[in-house]
Amino acid sequence: MGKYFSFFRLRLVTGLQYRTAAFGGIITQFFWGFMRIIALLAFYESDPSAYPLTLEETSAYIWLQQAFLVLLSARIFDGEILNAVKSGSIAYELCRPVRIYDMWFARETAVRLSGAWLRCIPVLAVALLLPNPFGLSAPADPLCFLMFILTLTLGLLVAVAYNMLIYVSGFYTVSTDGLKLLAASVADFLTGGLIPLPFFPGGVRQVLELLPYAAMQNVPLRAYSGNLAGEELLRALLLQIFWFAALTIAGKLLCDHAEKRITVQGG
Amino acid sequence: MITMENVCKSYRIAKRNAGFKEAWKALFHREYEEICALKNISFTIRDGEMVGYIGPNGAGKSSTIKILSGILTPDSGRVRIDGRLLWDIDHPRHKPMTRQEKYRRIEHVRQIGVVFGQRSQLWWDVPVIDSFELLKDIYSISDPVYRDNLDELTELLNLEELLRTPVRQLSLGQRMRCEIAASLLHSPRTLFLDEPTIGLDAVSKLAVRDFIRKQNREHGTTVILTTHDMQDIEALTRRILLIGKGQILMDGCLEDIKKGNAGIDETLVELYKSYEI
Repeated sequence: MGKYFSFFRLRLVTGLQYRTAAFGGIITQFFWGFMRIIALLAFYESDPSAYPLTLEETSAYIWLQQAFLVLLSARIFDGEILNAVKSGSIAYELCRPVRIYDMWFARETAVRLSGAWLRCIPVLAVALLLPNPFGLSAPADPLCFLMFILTLTLGLLVAVAYNMLIYVSGFYTVSTDGLKLLAASVADFLTGGLIPLPFFPGGVRQVLELLPYAAMQNVPLRAYSGNLAGEELLRALLLQIFWFAALTIAGKLLCDHAEKRITVQGG
Repeated sequence: MITMENVCKSYRIAKRNAGFKEAWKALFHREYEEICALKNISFTIRDGEMVGYIGPNGAGKSSTIKILSGILTPDSGRVRIDGRLLWDIDHPRHKPMTRQEKYRRIEHVRQIGVVFGQRSQLWWDVPVIDSFELLKDIYSISDPVYRDNLDELTELLNLEELLRTPVRQLSLGQRMRCEIAASLLHSPRTLFLDEPTIGLDAVSKLAVRDFIRKQNREHGTTVILTTHDMQDIEALTRRILLIGKGQILMDGCLEDIKKGNAGIDETLVELYKSYEI
């Protein structure tokens, strides 16, 4: 366990070095946050009764989404891992007494945490100061907050386990660029990254909520405001645990299989 | 002790001619060529030996090193290192993999050190010492052993000034010295060096050679060295293995092939010519 934590720590330290990237990210997140809220407000004004979330819940969803984007989005990849497979420096990683899957998992988690840590504080601070209903209000009650933290952690684990499949597939396809683009675009839509899942029509929504994508950002962002609560929340929580386990097992099996047939090209 | 028995490895390579038309055609129909990189390679290397593994470009040197380090699966054959059976492709056991077998690679790499001259194992963005500390944790090196090894390596390879510098700001030669140190922190019993003196200046080259000799003398480290720099071979190894077109062509002493006053490079060219490689 100790060595994987060391990978985690070193990647965390490296991630914290990219100040300009973090600053750029904060600006982008503010911009997107405002744009999303204004767009959804337009929908709201046209027909408030058909609107699946309250305005406060929508604002909380958007601001938390922007604050924790790096943590939960399926678009975030560790360039070093993608590069290791592409450039062949994976040769050295295979020469270490570590399990490749676990090591990559630790690194990707660290990348997300370091990125989110630098970005979330300013975004959350400003969102908390904005007037209602456009800002981020305090959580509905302490239980909601607790559930938010729990589902946020699980959401992060599901997102990492999902991306691990992309990394491992690099062993088979030489370059992961195509698959990465495809996976990220599909995920953006199905996680509720573009439009929150409650806005999807009934039948589609019910199916989407069962998929691993819904277990990433949909659950924590709605648990905070209490939009997802009670039995429904419990069901979503169990689904998160299920998908985390399923994706991890699939990834590990795939990785074991890949390790047996690896070819490191070039001298 | 390292033994390789009848190891074969072939690669499938997609080939096409230049040009847009050919590229378009290759989208639908690909022509593959089977390249036999290693044909029935067998040799034995005793503990504490230093062996030069030489041959022209594309002869199969790196493939051999990769198989020995456990990161490339051969098509057939058997490899045994220090009594550990690393590969046994001819007799695959048809029972489900045990936990032990599954982590065979991990057990193996704990005992070896590898330097790939063409690649880097240090973390690009952080100071060298951070990479070393990570390796300490990865190999679970105890504090006193780590301190001793680090002190020794720092002194011999002259790393004092470099340890606190981010890797991306090191020159090639400086980085290579750090790479070699990184491969030896865990006191491996066997060391595979794949072109370790690439890009080094004269002073660093001599330092690295001295250092490898010293490791071998004092710690009995077995060293397998591939290089195109024949002075490396001359300075370090007595025994050389010549590989060409995937086969071991010669296994002998450097002195045996040297004729009179001929330079070492000329000797090698003559040798390549006589084997038509």
